[in-house]
Parts: sequence; structure tokens; C-alpha cells
Amino acid sequence: MDIFLQQIINGLVQGSIYALVALGYTMVYGIMGLINFAHGEVVMIGTLVTITVAGSLLKAGMPALLAGLGGLSASVLVCMALGWGLERIAYRPLRNAPRLTPLITAIGMSIILQNLAMMIWGRNYLTFPALLPKIDFEVAGVNFSAIQIIIVLVSATTMGGLLLLVYRTKLGMAMRATAQNPAIASLMGVNINRVIAAAFIIGSALGALAGVMVGSYYEIAHYQMGFMLGLKAFTAAVLGGIGNLAGAMLGGVLLGIIEALGAGYIGDLTGGFLGSHYQDIFAFVVLIIVLMFKPSGLFGEKTGERA
Amino acid sequence: MLEVTGLHVAYGGIQAVRSITFHVKEGETVALIGANGAGKSSTLKAIARVIDAVGGDVHFCGEKISRIVPHDIIRKGIALVPEGRGVFPRLSVLENLHMGAFIHDAAVDVEKDLKMVYDYFPRLRERESQLAGTLSGGEQQMLAIGRALMSRPKMLLLDEPSMGLAPIMVQKIFEVIRAVAAAGMTTLLIEQNARLALQSSQRGYVMESGEITLHGDSPALLDDSKVRAAYLGE
Repeated sequence: MDIFLQQIINGLVQGSIYALVALGYTMVYGIMGLINFAHGEVVMIGTLVTITVAGSLLKAGMPALLAGLGGLSASVLVCMALGWGLERIAYRPLRNAPRLTPLITAIGMSIILQNLAMMIWGRNYLTFPALLPKIDFEVAGVNFSAIQIIIVLVSATTMGGLLLLVYRTKLGMAMRATAQNPAIASLMGVNINRVIAAAFIIGSALGALAGVMVGSYYEIAHYQMGFMLGLKAFTAAVLGGIGNLAGAMLGGVLLGIIEALGAGYIGDLTGGFLGSHYQDIFAFVVLIIVLMFKPSGLFGEKTGERA
Repeated sequence: MLEVTGLHVAYGGIQAVRSITFHVKEGETVALIGANGAGKSSTLKAIARVIDAVGGDVHFCGEKISRIVPHDIIRKGIALVPEGRGVFPRLSVLENLHMGAFIHDAAVDVEKDLKMVYDYFPRLRERESQLAGTLSGGEQQMLAIGRALMSRPKMLLLDEPSMGLAPIMVQKIFEVIRAVAAAGMTTLLIEQNARLALQSSQRGYVMESGEITLHGDSPALLDDSKVRAAYLGE
């Protein structure tokens, strides 16, 4: 029972991070039907920028919390610019191309960004600076840290803010209208290019935040880390129903919990044949099951609904 | 108010509209009638910048609008009620109407315009919080017209408002179109239902294979033997 609760907590933390990254995939897909496979790399760059900026601020003698905020701001700004640039340079010229073209471009951008990061930050694992206090708690036999609590709270708040933005503001209404029918939204005076850019920028900002969380949680980072994280967040978005915000949030948390429980019990289930380092297979088992039995995901909208 | 000169629209190699010229005066309701595929809808879409014209000019209130970006057309005062209605199915009725007022800033009294739309179409008030995709075809047409009015346009472009609707619904919709026109709205109306269009307008143009073949006062067109034979089924 302890393991069960412990893994639920761990899964919730990991799942909050997946959810934030999944939102980036789902926002862009919802508005323009594109799977931005470079999104995982945006998250990776968010982590690495934080290491550089917060690291040098720490070295300059700044208190950890301020250095952390500095690193976070820098990372969010860099990622927003990166998301905007990706859309402007790589995807916008392909707006009317066949669907496969922007998809291949997305994979290409992902490779370019990985190599760029390797050139800037090198091939080695980097240590993420200790920005948050290391405090551990134990309640009813379950251990959790201050960092874990912060990750869950910040994710939840950010996602709440995103829902308010999308469902309670004029920009959000324009985004939803554009997702449903861009030509008609344009007739209403909506600048489609701006709305699409906004989706990329907001998604990338959420990605940067997730990148900082991943760094703080695992304390290491690497130029290839965006690949697996991106793939899993994409799985979470598909699980929830790609294009659906609440779906991405729920899908992320669910995937985190499935993975954590799977890692906790896989040893017992296979009689010790497979260990917890096989946890990655669960995400892909989930992906395959969803694609086989319910490709539209938990909250997925049926296609062909446009009037 | 609206001056269309030598407008030319083509899809690939197919000529949809061949250099047509016509105008709509302020406060007037003008009908553009013709058979399926005559180029009526392409004409309207080119004016609203939904599609690019190959050649020709469109002037509105003395200003050339045939090259401006599509999302600025509504800011010039032209609101298109598109063919097939084009409501946002997963936005509520109220949100659809707010989308109509998207170009307005906080200074504009949106509530007053909402009341005006609801007075024209009381059914929309009843369905205010429902998703637009759950409305009947006629209600969606009401919503599309109401949404266009929310932008406070100087001119309304209506693309086949009767399409696919039950006769009783067509009557209701056209009552409102006439009431809006009577209140001073300049209107360009496209219809396959030629009789209805000519009965609801002051002047009419007849399109055939991308060209205007006939024009005149609507009552005269209703009496014209060629129009009667070709479009009124007599």
C-alpha cells in the first residue's frame, strides 16, 4: 500500500510536467492541425537556458530563489521567441502545403534544435543548479519533497490560468473560433497569423516552465532530453484527445500515474525479469492501445464537425 | 457605395467570373440572381476577400478594397453572411454573437447590439447558452445574420440565406432581411430563389456563366419574359 501511494504521488508530479508539455502540442494541433514535433526540443532548450542563466547568477552571488526566478524568466522568454520563430520560419510558409510536409519539417526542426543545443551546451550531462530548498516530508509512510509540491502547485495554477485565458478572454475566444473555422474567424476580423503565433508562443512558455521543473526535479539535463519527454507528452496529448486542453491536462497526469505505478510493480509482475528502468514502455503501450481502440482519445472531438 | 469594376475570378484555369461590373448604392438592396455555378458566390467571396480576384477593382465608400488583407474587410464596414452559414459549432450562440463584435473595443455598447439582434430573432435569446452546432439550420442562419449585424456593418453581403431551409423558416429569415434593409442597411443579396430575391430588392442583376446578362429594377425583372422563363419556372 505504501508503494502504491508513493507511486501515485510520484506519478502526479511527473504527470503535471507531462501535462504542461502536452498542452503545447495540443494547442498548436487544435488551431492548425499540426503536430509540432520540435516542441520537446523547445522544452529542452528551456532547461538548458535556465542552467546557464541561473548558474551564472548563482556564481555572481545572487540568492538561489532570485537566481531561479532569473533563470525561469530567461528560459520563458527564449522559448517564446523560439516558438514564434519556428512558426514564422518553418511552418507559416507551409500553411497550405499537404499535411505531411509540415510534419517532416517539424522533425527536421527538432533535429536542428538538438544539434544547435549540442553545439552550445556540449554533449555531456549538465547539473541543474539547486534553486529550491531541499526539504523532505513524510506523511503516513509516503515521502515527498518541497520540489514535488511546488511542481504540482505551479502546474495546477498555470493550467488554471490557461483555461481562464482560453475560455474567458477575447483572445481565447478568437483562438477557439480559429480552431473551428479559420476562414470565418478571419471574416470576423481575426488576424489568423497572430492567433496561430499566440498558440505557439503560449505553448512554448508552458514548455519552458516544464523544462525548469524537469531540471529541478531530476537535477540533470542533456541536449537529447527533449526527445523522450516530447514523445511522452505527445502520448499524453493523444491519450486525452489531441486538440483538447482539458484532455491534455488529464492525459498528462494519467500517463504520469500509469508510468509510476508500472515502474513500481513491473518487477513483481514479471517475477523480477523486468526492472523499474523499463518504465518507458508504459507510455508507448498506452499510445498503442489508444491508437488501436480510441484514436480520438478520452475527450477527443469527432472530425467532420465543421459546419 | 459599392463599385465593382471588371471583377475577374478564376479557379485554376476555370473562369468563374468574367470581368463583371456593377454597383450598389447606399441604402439599396440589390439582388444578384442566376443558376447554380453562374459565379454569384465567387463574386461575393471576391468582394469580401475570402478568395483573391484575378483582375478588376472593388471600391467601397470611395476606397479601393480589392487588395486589403481579408481580416480588415469587416473593419471597412462590410459583413458577409457566408454560404452554408459558417457558425462556430462549438462556441455558444452568445459567443458566436460576440465573435461578430470582435472588431469593437470596450467603448462599443455590445449589450445594446445584442438586444437589437435578439429583437430581430427572439429564438436566439432562448438558445443563448446552447452550442451553435446544436441549432437547426434555420436557427444557424439567424445566428449568422445576427453575428454579421453585431459588427455594425455599413453593408451586408448575404450568400444564399434560403439554402436548405424549410419554407416557413425562409419566410422568417426574409422578413428580418427586409426589416434590416428597411432600417437603412445597404444589402447585396445572392439567391437561387430568384422570385424571393427580386421581391426583396430594389434592383437586380442576372448572372450567367460568369457574366452579367441582364439588369434592371427588380419589379421589371420579375415581369421580364426571359427571367420568367429561365429563373421563375413559368
